[in-house]
Amino acid sequence: MSEKVLMKGNEAFAEAAIRGGCRFYFGYPITPQSEIPEYMSRELPKRGGTFLQAESELGAINAAYGAGAAGGNVFISSSSPGIALMQEGVSFLCSAEVPVVMLNVSRGGPGIGGIQPGQADYYQVTRGGGNGDYRVPVFAPSSIQEGVDLIYEAPVLADEWRNPIMLLADGMLGQMMEPVVLPEQRPFAESADIRAKKPWALKGYGDSDKNKAVVKSLRMQPDDLEAHVEKLFAKYREAEKALVRWESEGLEDADVVFVAFGTVARLTKEAIEILASQGVKAGLIRPISLWPFPYQAFDEISPKTKVVISTELSMGQMIEDVKVGVNGRYPVELIHRTGGIVPTSLEVAEKAREILAKI
Amino acid sequence: MKPVFEYTKGMCRVDTNYCPGCTHGIALRLIMEVLDEMGRLGDTIAVAPIGCAVLAHQFMNVDGCEAAHGRAPAVASGIRRVHPDKTVLTYQGDGDLASIGMCEIMHAAARGEKFSTFFINNGIYGMTGGQMAPTTLIGQRSTTSQDGRTREQAGMPLKMCEILSGLDGTVYAERVALNSPAHVRAAKKAVRRAFELQDQRIGFTFVEFLSTCPTNWGLTPADAMKWVDEKVIPYYPLGVYKQPEEAK
Amino acid sequence: MSTHKLFFAGSGGQGILLMGQMITYAAMLEDKSATFLPSYGPEMRGGTANCTVVVSDKPVSCPLIYEADAVVAMNLPSLLKFESRVKPGDAMLLNTSILDQRPTRTDINVCEVAVNEIAMELGNIRTANMVMLGAVVRTTGVVSQESIEKVMHKIFTGKKAELIGLNTKAFEYWKK
Repeated sequence: MSEKVLMKGNEAFAEAAIRGGCRFYFGYPITPQSEIPEYMSRELPKRGGTFLQAESELGAINAAYGAGAAGGNVFISSSSPGIALMQEGVSFLCSAEVPVVMLNVSRGGPGIGGIQPGQADYYQVTRGGGNGDYRVPVFAPSSIQEGVDLIYEAPVLADEWRNPIMLLADGMLGQMMEPVVLPEQRPFAESADIRAKKPWALKGYGDSDKNKAVVKSLRMQPDDLEAHVEKLFAKYREAEKALVRWESEGLEDADVVFVAFGTVARLTKEAIEILASQGVKAGLIRPISLWPFPYQAFDEISPKTKVVISTELSMGQMIEDVKVGVNGRYPVELIHRTGGIVPTSLEVAEKAREILAKI
Repeated sequence: MKPVFEYTKGMCRVDTNYCPGCTHGIALRLIMEVLDEMGRLGDTIAVAPIGCAVLAHQFMNVDGCEAAHGRAPAVASGIRRVHPDKTVLTYQGDGDLASIGMCEIMHAAARGEKFSTFFINNGIYGMTGGQMAPTTLIGQRSTTSQDGRTREQAGMPLKMCEILSGLDGTVYAERVALNSPAHVRAAKKAVRRAFELQDQRIGFTFVEFLSTCPTNWGLTPADAMKWVDEKVIPYYPLGVYKQPEEAK
Repeated sequence: MSTHKLFFAGSGGQGILLMGQMITYAAMLEDKSATFLPSYGPEMRGGTANCTVVVSDKPVSCPLIYEADAVVAMNLPSLLKFESRVKPGDAMLLNTSILDQRPTRTDINVCEVAVNEIAMELGNIRTANMVMLGAVVRTTGVVSQESIEKVMHKIFTGKKAELIGLNTKAFEYWKK
């Protein structure tokens, strides 16, 4: 195992992408993730990769589409409004089945919003802002180490599923520092690897004219398009089983069960300790994959649980999935702050007790 | 017996879906003939974005992909990073390149991206049914300029060869036409020149084809060809707008 | 099992973030769990800066704190804004070189450090934050002085290595 290093989240995520084999990065500056393009511009060229500062997030996602379609392992990052601009490209990536790893270091919205941490991109990343029927697997790390591990794995998953993979962090995770263990460098794919492993990729068919590759999403015939979308959804149904991930604790005898992801899950854990010291038993479901959402985790909740609380940095977006998971078995409440404000663990514990008192 | 003419291997053996009298087919054919003659068909990647260009991958016998409206230069920039040894081209219409994709083409050219862009300027949005393009001439009717384009309402048509040749990253920009045998022969030379300069990897190369759209111009194919001579070329003069110093 | 929650505040250029990072780094060298959370905002020279450091023997769940074992205030706005954040009975460390006011609370320990004067006495005013860092480490025992010295050797490398002596001297002022 490698040595622990102290790194800022954004830089650790960038390093994890390189070590995961992402040789190509296209980006555009936006707070709170600008350390990522900065790090990539410094590191990628000297390690045999390519950095390009695109003219816009549109340029970045489309260069990523080109590089991914050409068989390269691509990483791109942005923050909420920039991810919004990229949504057209995400829809294209999904339809054309082009693998790309995306990271959203999210901030408060709507509009330009603010630059402090937010989770109001939940709909954007899980439902998608692009047009049409498609799905994107989304993973939400709650520590820098978990983010590093997920980003390291993401290019493998993206290639395996031939789909973009989204990581959702927030400004707090991007800006904070924690000791982290970095994985070993996975070798960059060379032309021969692309030729051997990605028959669908654009690479020039060489001397044989049998294997002309076409990467496309236009299907003018309705039956052709319907068949294509059905094929995509057969894949997504498999992904729902294979990629769902969560962590849970204390569900067996909890009075209250919190559902929280990312950094909010961390402060919720501390809120659970505070509640325990006050004699309230609280449990936690922490979705790691936001799509597929871990609905099955809710079947483990004890019948004596009084309430399930979705804790979010938004006006309540994940709560809709929480309600689906709860399926009418328990009351569902929301504890939230928005606008870039992160509640303290004490605030969450106090609000939970207020909710419990009313039930 | 010796064949005197062969269908180019560069074009797939399918019917194109272009309207009668449209010169898309000529432009595509010229590009693919040149690639075939240069022995590049197996080593070329083409990008065609939304517009009448989008189906080009069905006709061009090379690896190819579609791109979102206007984004082909960004897509090609990504492809170029992965495959530095291939021939890369974009094939874009005027609404795509000069309107929605202006940002991408300008920055690709400014970066001196080492691919070639072939630009179909027919002064109209063809695929969506004849709306005004950034290249529609003053006085020209379209479904969104029904009494003819005016300077007051829509500004002046954009001259992309002139604009792009002003950027340091552009090494070659030429405007050609496709409405006569002589123009077609000159156009083929321009296509070849663009690929030869792309081979040198010295910067961005650009060929603008003055093209026709008889369907949306409301003209017969023959009248459309005449209209290019009478109206289009006077506003968009043919010629080489930029080339490397040693070639002058 | 112990958890330390520290909060550093001042203005940009006072070495606020460096103090927090060095303690986090030292905690890592001691195989403890640690988080460093800086405030961030539009890039502005001379703007306010603050950071939160949590060090624990068990994995740190929350990098965000609502009360601190030690609050360092390097300027007046930091004193006024963050006095309330000190846990009753715990410490507030003040940069008295520029602070005339004192906390209004009586349930906290106040540690007055004339960082500029001490740094100048030691030879370089730019080591003022190291003087404060030494006071924090000595007051809280969050990490050992030896670990901080190891950190100095790790972060001041190359041309910056010449700063080690000066900074170590400033940091060790409190050994006396």
